[in-house]
Amino acid sequence: MTDFQLDSHTPKGSLEDRWTQHKFDLKIVSPANRKKYNIIVVGTGLAGAAAAASLGEMGYNVKTFCFQDSPRRAHSIAAQGGINAAKNYQNDGDSTWRLFYDTIKGGDYRARESNVFRLAELSTSIIDQAVAQGVPFAREYSGYLANRSFGGAQVSRTFYARGQTGQQLLLGAYQAMSKQINEGTITHHSRSEMQDLILIDGKAKGIVSRDLVTGKLESHIADVVVLCTGGYGNVFYLSTNAKGCNASAVWRAHKHGALFANPCFTQIHPTCIPQAGELQSKLTLMSESLRNDGRIWAPKNKADCDKKPEEIAEQDRDYFLERMYPAFGNLVPRDIASRAVKLICDEGRGVGHDIDGKKLGVYLDFAKAIEVHGLDAISEKYGNLFDMYQHIAAEDPYTTPMRIYPAVHYTMGGLWVDYNLMTSIDGLFAGGEANFSDHGANRLGASALMQGLADGYFVLPSTVSNYLAHQKPLDMTQSYPEAEQALQACKDKIDQLMNAPKPQKTPDEFHRKLGQIIWNACGMAREKSVLEQSIVEIKALRDQYWQQVKITGSDDTLNQTLERAGRIADFFELAELMCIDALTREESCGCHAREEHITDDGEAQRHDEDFSYVAAWQYSGNLSVPVLYKEELHFEFVRPTTRNYR
Amino acid sequence: MNYKLHIWRQQNADSKGEFEQHQIDVSEDTSFLEMLDALNEQLIEADKEAIAFDFDCREGICGSCNLVINGTPHGKHQATTSCQQYMRDYADEQELWIEPWRATAFPIIKDLIVDRSSFEKIVQAGGYIEIRTGSAGEANTIPIEKEVADAAFDSATCIGCGACVAACPNASATLFVAAKVTHLSTLPQGQMDKKRAEKLLTAMDDEGFGGCSNYRECERVCPKEIKVSTITTMNRLLYLGQT
Repeated sequence: MTDFQLDSHTPKGSLEDRWTQHKFDLKIVSPANRKKYNIIVVGTGLAGAAAAASLGEMGYNVKTFCFQDSPRRAHSIAAQGGINAAKNYQNDGDSTWRLFYDTIKGGDYRARESNVFRLAELSTSIIDQAVAQGVPFAREYSGYLANRSFGGAQVSRTFYARGQTGQQLLLGAYQAMSKQINEGTITHHSRSEMQDLILIDGKAKGIVSRDLVTGKLESHIADVVVLCTGGYGNVFYLSTNAKGCNASAVWRAHKHGALFANPCFTQIHPTCIPQAGELQSKLTLMSESLRNDGRIWAPKNKADCDKKPEEIAEQDRDYFLERMYPAFGNLVPRDIASRAVKLICDEGRGVGHDIDGKKLGVYLDFAKAIEVHGLDAISEKYGNLFDMYQHIAAEDPYTTPMRIYPAVHYTMGGLWVDYNLMTSIDGLFAGGEANFSDHGANRLGASALMQGLADGYFVLPSTVSNYLAHQKPLDMTQSYPEAEQALQACKDKIDQLMNAPKPQKTPDEFHRKLGQIIWNACGMAREKSVLEQSIVEIKALRDQYWQQVKITGSDDTLNQTLERAGRIADFFELAELMCIDALTREESCGCHAREEHITDDGEAQRHDEDFSYVAAWQYSGNLSVPVLYKEELHFEFVRPTTRNYR
Repeated sequence: MNYKLHIWRQQNADSKGEFEQHQIDVSEDTSFLEMLDALNEQLIEADKEAIAFDFDCREGICGSCNLVINGTPHGKHQATTSCQQYMRDYADEQELWIEPWRATAFPIIKDLIVDRSSFEKIVQAGGYIEIRTGSAGEANTIPIEKEVADAAFDSATCIGCGACVAACPNASATLFVAAKVTHLSTLPQGQMDKKRAEKLLTAMDDEGFGGCSNYRECERVCPKEIKVSTITTMNRLLYLGQT
């Protein structure tokens, strides 16, 4: 691996002018020349579909890939709560600066000021774009757009479409993309998964894909590659991610030299439906917006934990978030709420099912809200979420409080990118959850959709164009030996998986074990000795995996067992890097709570002097000895303070 | 809970499929797809190929899952996708017949997986509002009556799963088309394209779907409760578009 000079290419000058000035400084490709350039976009969720549609409109040749049977099924679709934008429609004092500040603070001062300001600045254009596309956001009786407040904010800046905001925004981007497919600027490949990146002279110039129906491996050459392949929360096995979400594209790029930033920053969402049994395949999130009207409590006395909630008297209930954080109450940021719930359950005051001898759940109660606002108002706001809860938990949340417990939900870490969203590999860009860029150590609610769409509609089209303006279009008629080599390497890897020496266990069986290890080591609380022990366990299990993984069927037809096995192989490698990152970051910040660095009253203790940096890891050829590059974070416009939500 | 399962197995589009019998014992809190996961684990352990079926989000929104359970698309629990069916809903059954969607326009790829790319073609034919990135005006410039916005949202919740086609004796995609047309063409932003309904219906015919003859089976099985009134709305728009 060659040495890499870490340069974020962040513009200088006044914060408000940076993006405008930068956009002016970026080169553009003349419209007549655009069709000479080929762009590959892998992953077609919010970021990927928005980028592909916009680049297609501009006149480039775009090739898109997704593993689902349609771009409309990307996991962006499951985002419930909403999307933030600094429109200040409520006249409650919101502004670009306030959204910027809230995001930086919410991320516990571990994100770049320039990127976050740009995000806040672009937020308003996203709403304009979405409304014009026909996204049916909630409206007031006046006919104007409605807003609600969301965790970590004291203003109402969240736009929403009932509890299906992600679905509606994704359909908007998907439809824009469909239009470009119809016009021939996008060629789309569904049921097609990226297997590897093709590098020519050190630049990203294509990918190897596997047709998931026929098993056929194919190489695709282009002038630039954009990865919008989402997060890696499924490393934990149980998470709120869709079953297919995986880290393979970013991880394989990482192994070719793309630095991986802050891998241990994984968000644990406080309001998920607790695990019910061993066969459980995923966890389901209940939108954070529920915390606007729902009150979180646990029994004050352990003796009450087995009682029905309605049998527990008002004075015996501990509304612990309201007690611990009177200023923000139930609306504290996700990491703080999650840790508080864990604390209560660790004390033995949890409720619901026993999992490994512990009750892991607390109540989220709507009785008061129904009493104040009426059943109809609550049903209008949360009806579909209540129905979903009832389907899964077989309890009626209108009459019995919901039970919730934190679950892995989002990964702030991802491929390191500069201000242009280019990774450390020349010509490889990353957008949306796949990059690390804007959320620091904790993402605020309703900010994922905002970031995915800002990257897709507004940042990538400008920065990818600038990159292309500096390149000569690649000769597509020529054949490239690098493509052949990459294809062969993919074939070898699949052969190795299909032919483990002593096949004994299913891929899922290994994945469940890996999930338990990483959840205990790198979940809501992290501790040196546990992390060290877990690294040993992960390595041992990984060795066993390649010896014993059992895949039936063949590799030249549709084979979901093989698909999973390839993804799990990558999770095994990424899991080790997550633990190494968590071990190296000797502080607590945002989601990263090191037991050794917690204040007396249980709050995360940052060490800004030593750790105010982005940890960007380079693959060295040895998974256990990655090279750490530090991108120091400089705060010119906000002063890092201790987050205080009390 | 013990079940005798009859599951459709088919190697590929060209081969002949048949029901295969299995036995499974699971708890009532297991979801329907988790029951199939458990069966697949057993099959792999017994050196057999796992049953192929589509799924992704497992929370009822992505539209991937598509099982016909005992003759009903998505199963017994109404207004619910296959992934959100729980075994407790099948407490009074001993045998379960599990099949893929069946329609000419949805050819079987393998076992329970079908090819729904015909739906993509329909959307590509005009299921969008034309607006270039960055050219949109301020969002609050055009107020939209709450009732209109709410009604558009009701149609926009379609997840494109295809249950409506699977349930229809004509294998028609009219409800899918009508939902998209109603969503886009009743909003002020979407009224510019007067031919949307016509374009989408033509694409539907071209893809090999049947026509609508008012069986209303689609409405019964739609996991998102899209109403056949959207078809009325579409027909009205179709009429207006032709004049």
